[in-house]
Parts: sequence; C-alpha cells; structure tokens
Amino acid sequence: MHDENKKGRSFADIIRFILQEMKPRGKFLTPFNVISIVVIIAGVIILTVRFIYGLGSVSNLNQEYPWGLWKGFNVITGVAFAGGAYVLTFVVYVMGVEKYHSIVRVTVLNGLLAYIFYAGALILDLGRPWNIINPIIGNDFGYNSVLFLVAWHFMLYMIAEFIEFSPVAAEWLNLEKAKKVLQMLTLGAVIFGITLSSLHQSGLGALFLMAKSKIHPLWYTEFIPLLFLVSSIFAGISMVIFEGTISHRVFREQIGPDGKSSFDQIVFGLAKGAAIAMFVYYFFKLLVFIHEHHWQHIHGFWGFWYLFEIIGLVLVPCFLFAYGARHRIIGVIRIAAILTLIGIIVNRLNISMIAYNWNVVDRYYPSWMEYVVSFTVIFAEIWVFRWIVTRMPVYEKHTKPAMA
Amino acid sequence: MNRRGFLKLAGTVGATLAAKKAKARDNDDEKEEFVGVLTDTTRCIGCRTCEVACAEAHGLPVPDVQNDGALEAERRTSDTQWTVVNRYETDEGDVFVKKQCMHCWQPGCTAACLTNAMYKTHAGPVIWRSDKCMGCRYCMISCPFEIPKFEYDSWNPKIHKCNMCWERLQEGQKPACVDACPTDALMFGRKRELMEVARVRIYNHPQKYVHQVYGEHEVGGTGWLYLSSVPFEQLGFRTDLGTTPYPDYTREFLYAVPVVLFAVPAFLLGLRFLSENEEELEEGESHA
Repeated sequence: MHDENKKGRSFADIIRFILQEMKPRGKFLTPFNVISIVVIIAGVIILTVRFIYGLGSVSNLNQEYPWGLWKGFNVITGVAFAGGAYVLTFVVYVMGVEKYHSIVRVTVLNGLLAYIFYAGALILDLGRPWNIINPIIGNDFGYNSVLFLVAWHFMLYMIAEFIEFSPVAAEWLNLEKAKKVLQMLTLGAVIFGITLSSLHQSGLGALFLMAKSKIHPLWYTEFIPLLFLVSSIFAGISMVIFEGTISHRVFREQIGPDGKSSFDQIVFGLAKGAAIAMFVYYFFKLLVFIHEHHWQHIHGFWGFWYLFEIIGLVLVPCFLFAYGARHRIIGVIRIAAILTLIGIIVNRLNISMIAYNWNVVDRYYPSWMEYVVSFTVIFAEIWVFRWIVTRMPVYEKHTKPAMA
Repeated sequence: MNRRGFLKLAGTVGATLAAKKAKARDNDDEKEEFVGVLTDTTRCIGCRTCEVACAEAHGLPVPDVQNDGALEAERRTSDTQWTVVNRYETDEGDVFVKKQCMHCWQPGCTAACLTNAMYKTHAGPVIWRSDKCMGCRYCMISCPFEIPKFEYDSWNPKIHKCNMCWERLQEGQKPACVDACPTDALMFGRKRELMEVARVRIYNHPQKYVHQVYGEHEVGGTGWLYLSSVPFEQLGFRTDLGTTPYPDYTREFLYAVPVVLFAVPAFLLGLRFLSENEEELEEGESHA
C-alpha cells in the first residue's frame, strides 16, 4: 500500500471504506441467517466451556480416540475439500488452460478460507493451544514428525493462497499499483502452493502411518499418503462443482447470465477430470487390495463398509461423472459430485475415527456439542465467504492477470 | 546501557551458552547404553506396591490397594495412574502383569511429536516436557501400546505416562517401582545386562518360562522387558506389532519431502514455459 497518496486516497480513506463495507447488506432475516446465527452463538458458548473446563467437558474424546470429529472432519476432510485451489491454479496458470480462468478467483478464495477456518479448527482441538508457536519458533523443531511438516505447510500454503488472492482485494480497494505488484507474485505463489499442497495433502495421510496397529487392515496401507493426494484432486473438483452450483443460485447478481452458461461448460470439463482422477484412485485402491491380500478381510460389517465406500462412493460417482460429461447432463454430474463428497467424508472419517481402533468396545461417537462446533466453523466460513463475494470482484469478469 | 542492564545481558548470554554446552554434552552421551527394566511376571504377586510407589513419586492419587478391588477387571494406565497391575487367569493359574510405558528404543511418540515434547533421553527413558507440548495428541495416535494419556478435564492438560522416574535416575536412584517391589519381580539395568539375566533364567528353568523375552525385538526393541510362564497373548500383550521400529513407517515419506520440494517447482516451471511457448506460436504475441 505505497501508492494510496498518488491516487489521492489517504490511508484513513481506505480504513473508512473498509469500515463502511463491514456493514451487512441485503435482507437480514433469511432462513440461512437465522439458523447459522443460532448455531454460531451455541458454538461460541460451547467453545467457551471447552477452554475453561477442558476438552472432555464438551466432547466424547477419550484415551482410545484422541482425535475426533474436529480433526477428522473439519481439518482432515476440510483440507481435502480445499484441494480445488491447487488443482485449478495448476490447470490455469501452469498448463495455461484459459477455459477455467473465470472460476480461479472464487476457488482460490474458497481454498484460502477453508485453510483459515478448517486448519484453524485445529486450534480448538489443541489441549495447549498457546504452545502452537513452539514448532514455529523452534521450541523445538520436531523435524522427524509428519505433523511438523503438515503444520508448516499449512502455514506457508495460507500465505501462498493469500498472495494468490491479494490482487482481488487490491482491486476492491482501488489500489491499482499494488494490484500490479501483487499480480507479479502470482505465478511464484502458484508454483509454491501446488508443491506445498501435494506434500501436505499426502502428509495428512502419512499422519496415520504410525497408527498401523489401530486402523482396520482394509484401510491401513503404506500407500495412504498417495491415496490421500490422489483423492484430494477429485475431492477438490467435486467441491468446486458443488459450491459453484449453489453460488450460481445465491450470487446470481454478481455472476450474471454469461457466467451461468460458461460455468456449465466448465463443469463438463471438470467432470471429465474428476472421472479420470477417480479411476486412477480406484485403480490404486485395487492394487493395494490385491497386493496386500485384503480379500481375506472382506466379511462382516467391515467388509461391507469397505465395499460400500469403494464401489458406492468411488466407482459409481466415477462412472456418473464420465457419463454426465459424455452426454452433457449437468444433473448427473451434480449427483456424482455430491456422492464423491460423501465418499471423501466417509473415507477420511474411516481412517481417523471409524476404522480407527475398530475393535475397541467403547466406540467414540461425537457429542452433539462437537457437531455444533463443527457446523459453527462451517457457517462462520460461509459468512466470511459471502461477505467477500458480495464486495470484492470475485465473480466479475476481470482482465487477464498481468503475469507472463 | 547501564551496568545493571549489561550484567543482565551478560547473564542471559552466559546462561544460553551454558545451556548449549549442556545440550552438546547431552548429544555426546547418546553413545551410552540405554537402561530398562526387566519384569518377571512369574515373581509378581499382584500386591500393587509398585502402583503406590509410582503414585507417591509423581504426586498422583495413591490407590487404596487393600480395598479398591481393582484387580477384578483389566485396567489401562490413565491420566492418574502411570502404571497398573492386572490379573490374568491362565493355564498356569493367576498371573499378574505390571503395565506402563515400554520406553521403546525408537519410539513412535517421539517421532510423532512436532515439538519434541515427547523426548527420548540419552539414557533411555522417554519423557514428556510440558513447556513444549501443544496438546495435539498425535503421540497417542502413534503409540503402539496406547500409553500416553491426556487430561481431558483440564484447561491446561498434561500428557501422562511413565517416565521411568527420570528425575530419580538423574540422582543415581532406581525407578520407584523397582525399589518398592518386595519380590524382586522388577530389575533395573542396562538392556544388555537385563537380556543376559532373562536368558539365564529361561536357561535354568526351561519348563517355567516361555522362551521369549517380550520387548527384545518388539517394535524394534523396548526398554521394558517381560518374562512369562504363559504365551504373551494370554497376558494382554499385543504380539502382532512386528519388529519394525515405528518411526520407520513414516521415514520414507519424510525422505521424499526435500526431493518433492525441489523437483516439483522445477517441473511446474518447465510445464509453464512449455504451455506458454505454444500460446506464443498460436497468438504470435504472448499476453501481457
């Protein structure tokens, strides 16, 4: 922000502008607002209790299940859903496929917010959150820990995504020169971001490599990191389709009629990509299944549950994506995207909660308060997302970025 | 700078240097042999004196061993009990087994810890350091014996686990449980010596013992060793953990990280220039 004076706008003007923009717009008493506000207030109360009386006062976490819904769903699943940002920046900025350019901004914004809120949800789960600076300041650096790697990559990736998104914020504040400078950083941030993503998406899977004796053999494999990485590709793509479908209804005014028809074309392309990624994933799963002699475990509830995940929530949506893309049926693709998202939730929860310590008698079921906090995090993110989308030029047609 | 400020600064610098030196010495000592404890379950009478001694040594609630009837059900260690004795009904009658941290040679918990709060000391005990821990509970996920326990009911929770009485070891004493044991079921020493003792006992009483020392090879070897008269499965031990040290399961992934960090950006840049050239050919002029 060096050029505000040249543009005749003082720093105070910008602050005034931001404050003015903070005010809510549009109808306030919508069903979404009412429900989300009630949930968020309840969530804040629950979190207050949690920080005074400890994690056990609001959650059903116990010594057998140290990681529950907040880590399994908000952090581990949420980060997989945020995979769209690295996939799309790769396609647009690295491969130069201009077709998808119009949705890059909103996808990067989604990714950034997902990391802030979902990786941020980690803090709610930490027993001693004030020590979160320890691995950053070197008290101590646990180099040999996968979590050390994941934590650093979360942090660096948030910075990279912030840089990728910053030209939009600069445009909103009318800081033309700053925008140009920030745009020059985009390619670097994109390349850095994709690298970090590939490492921490797989890293989240690698966290569970040392839970070998606890995870059901149908889900435990030394290839968990690879499976997490590949599945984050179609998890991210499905989220882009799902979120875009909703946004095109809710934010109709921002997007305009042109955006609608071009988005359908984009969805067909994305569906093709998702189908291929899912088939590769399915193929890996099959190789692991055969290589590690997993058929001996296909019996009873766990065998059924495993087949349900692999066939019902991977193979079926994979074919639906391919079918929908080939025959240009948008409805089929939407169903495929929803099935895929459910499949990712099931997969991540299987590894972190359900098939984890599967033979323990006292199973962990999240308390209602854990669910409320999970939804609080999601709703809070949607509020911030909506605030940004209705103010910043996220959807508006913009000129090509000045990156060469 | 006034004199007082200078002295303060000098003091801080001196202290830091001393700490660094101490740390260096710490590293040199890593060549020293790890210590451990040999538990002979055939000698244990289930009196739970070790539980009392452990609780007293670490300021935990002391169990009422006469009246609490705790041997009726199998127990796990908890955030108030660093060690527990369980009774197992076996072919050879009742067998009592003391349970606590195994102090692995290469522990999963210390490899998991991103702040080195879980720490393998140069002498062998695995300890937990409160000033570093952020309470992520990844150590609990990674421990094959499910030993680290978390205080779920505290705003400032600690991780609880046996530290082999590290504070007593530094003063040249033995662990409290070993000192307290009335039947010499527990023996403290270097692992090599303990293994010799264990083998001699098996050799002298081949009918009495199963010919295996639990902890010799399990998960790469542990500091705590067990002798038994019945197969270890019957005593609540996991015999399916393998002999691979737990950190090995993530080692390959971690080795791949620096490679990816350098190779992927180079690869992406290459791709980027490739796609750009194509555009130039098509459009004649690249976009601004």
